[in-house]
Amino acid sequence: MTSLAPGSSDSTSLAGLAVAETAADSHGHEQHGEHADVRLFGLATFLVADGMTFAGFFAAYLTFRAVNPLPEGSSYELELVLPAINTLLLLVSSYTFHRAGRGLLRGDHPSCRLWLLVSAALGAAFLGGQMVEYFNLPFGLTDNLFASTFYALTGFHGLHVTLGVICILIVWWQARAGGRITSATPFGLEAAELYWHFVDGIWVILFGILYLL
Amino acid sequence: MTLANPSDFQPQGQPAPPAPSGGLQPEGWLRYLSFSLDHKVIGLQYLVCGFLFYFLGGALAGVIRTELASPISDFVARDTYNQVLTLHGTVMIFLWIVPVVNGGFGNYLIPFYVGARDMAFPRLNAVAFWLIPPAGLLLISSYFLQGGAAQSGWTAYPPLSITTPALGQVLWILSVLLLGGSSIFGGINFIATILKLRRPGLKLMQLPMYCWAMLGTSLLVVLSTPVLAGTLILLSFDIIAHTGFFNPALGGNVVVYQHLFWFYSHPAVYIMVLPAFGLVSEILPIHARKPLFGYATMVYSIMGIVLLGLVVWAHHMFTSGTPPWMRLFFTIATAFIAVPTGIKFFNWLATLWGGKIALNSAMLFACAFIVNFVFGGITGVALAQVPFDIHVHDTYFVVGHFHYIVYGGTVFVIFSAVYHWYPKFTGRMLNEDLGRLHFLLTFVGFNLCFAPQHWLGLNGMPRRVAEYDPSFTTWNQVSSVGALLMGLSTLPFLINVVVSAYRGDRAGDNPWNALTPEWLTSSPPPVENWIGDAPLVTHPYGYGTPTDRIDLNVATGRELWVGPDR
Repeated sequence: MTSLAPGSSDSTSLAGLAVAETAADSHGHEQHGEHADVRLFGLATFLVADGMTFAGFFAAYLTFRAVNPLPEGSSYELELVLPAINTLLLLVSSYTFHRAGRGLLRGDHPSCRLWLLVSAALGAAFLGGQMVEYFNLPFGLTDNLFASTFYALTGFHGLHVTLGVICILIVWWQARAGGRITSATPFGLEAAELYWHFVDGIWVILFGILYLL
Repeated sequence: MTLANPSDFQPQGQPAPPAPSGGLQPEGWLRYLSFSLDHKVIGLQYLVCGFLFYFLGGALAGVIRTELASPISDFVARDTYNQVLTLHGTVMIFLWIVPVVNGGFGNYLIPFYVGARDMAFPRLNAVAFWLIPPAGLLLISSYFLQGGAAQSGWTAYPPLSITTPALGQVLWILSVLLLGGSSIFGGINFIATILKLRRPGLKLMQLPMYCWAMLGTSLLVVLSTPVLAGTLILLSFDIIAHTGFFNPALGGNVVVYQHLFWFYSHPAVYIMVLPAFGLVSEILPIHARKPLFGYATMVYSIMGIVLLGLVVWAHHMFTSGTPPWMRLFFTIATAFIAVPTGIKFFNWLATLWGGKIALNSAMLFACAFIVNFVFGGITGVALAQVPFDIHVHDTYFVVGHFHYIVYGGTVFVIFSAVYHWYPKFTGRMLNEDLGRLHFLLTFVGFNLCFAPQHWLGLNGMPRRVAEYDPSFTTWNQVSSVGALLMGLSTLPFLINVVVSAYRGDRAGDNPWNALTPEWLTSSPPPVENWIGDAPLVTHPYGYGTPTDRIDLNVATGRELWVGPDR
């Protein structure tokens, strides 16, 4: 069988073309039944899209900051201690989630579930820290452009963290002995882990441009 | 010519696979109103739903052209006119073209083309479709609520969108967010299906061209639609919570909205037109009995358009205080898009050249697409030039250009595709005489409607306004007559698709003697596309070859069809 691209204008190569063979082909593949599991690939594609939403927000924030001066008396300065601790919490939670995944692959469900609970607790602690910060900030949502952008960015990210914590708890429940998540069927955990790493990565960028810049 | 029935070549004695739903789905026409997981049902759901919205959008266009038949505002109230033009644009773009040309034909054809039994994520697929009717109803219902529908055009530029009645604008945003979500889900599904679900042995460079078009389109959908979603969420904050992201009175920045909006909405033009390029690449070789010319250059052109399409958005903003360096960059990038697009057009002409062309309805619409789109493309290159763009910005020249691309381009292809694939959908042929009448009315009406608008725009007639200077009256009336013809043209089409479903000639499985995989099964196809295994089609455009003889089944030596005549 030639490997020429279809539509090739080379007429000599078209003479011997053969279009098709049945599916029980030389590779012995059968078409019936399940195809490869592409759910993680689909989730990764979705996260690219989700990342583009954040990219739009980041671009808007950076442009606002470069072009629009803030009104008298307001500034871009933020308290750094609490957000830095929060960043640490999220980074550690990425590691603990990774440990949970390794536990599952070993078939060690108790260890997996313990690490999941730790990850969820770290995520919840992050959200708590975020709330404390919100209530102690000197500005409200509509005070100025920076304030609005700050709340929109951190709020949208906080929504992602909330969703992530809920996902971890669902995975924690499904990873119980006899549950649907096992070392042979780890998709739920892998999906939640990929999502969680994504949310953490976004936070690192967000922390950089919102707090450090 | 001998045309064998493809089902003769299915392996004997294999039972049909069970339906994926385990038999819980309704049978017959009721499944088209159900949460069906079959990609063919979902494709037709998109298609029929899209056509319903097309007729609504067409009726709205009728209102616009009736109002503009005279220079004074005498048909509808001015703010009703604003609502009508906003609804017309939104319905036509988000509820008609994008869903039909992506979701409709994409869902129906892509699994066949990659040799799969369904899309990668059938449930997500059904969810994506069922987001559309509620979004459409939300948009329409806003017209009847307090303050009426949104009035700020399909672009919803602030501060206009912040100062017009809030309820209609917020419902507009909600509706577009739902449709954007639907579009993203669809895009994810197409990327996964094309890249991951190909039949074993089928290489990327052997896929029919529509797969490449949908891959490129889906990349644009996934990369750019989320930015629009984020932007509209910020805009809704401005309207509901009185933040000042895009409100200059509160220290905000309207130009940032324009950048973010066009970062989606310029690629959106390619989201609307690349699938049409793909469909035409399927239709032309079959009816000209020649291989698609320059397959590899077609693929690279599509990917080139995707890449360039992401970095040209600011050519919509030459009059928005864009700095000179930005104007220069975006002019050059935009002009570059003409190169891959031109390659595709020369390839199509070379495909037709010397072919044995059957000038049926499908082919008439496809050839008219080439004519219309070249015209729209040339005015597009002109619009990319800053001095010219400043002269015609926000005039009817832009309206004319845009409709040549989207109506003369994509809608003509949609009609061509309906004539081409209707036998596959239903097992019956459409009536050719009605089809030719439909084509004649559409082609004459379309050109009569939109060609004069270039002239009007060059002379300074602004868009989106219910009144105009009396010196523009004559050409506006010509344009309105054209719109009337376009409205009439839908009658033979509607009669044709409805009556032919019951009375049309039996099509057989492969009336066009086509080689692309969707024709190598029965018409309409069985639930999982093939009773036996999917054929491995490595040369989907092998027409007019020296032997014109295609082996469907190398293993058994049997042939699908033999003979150069048709």
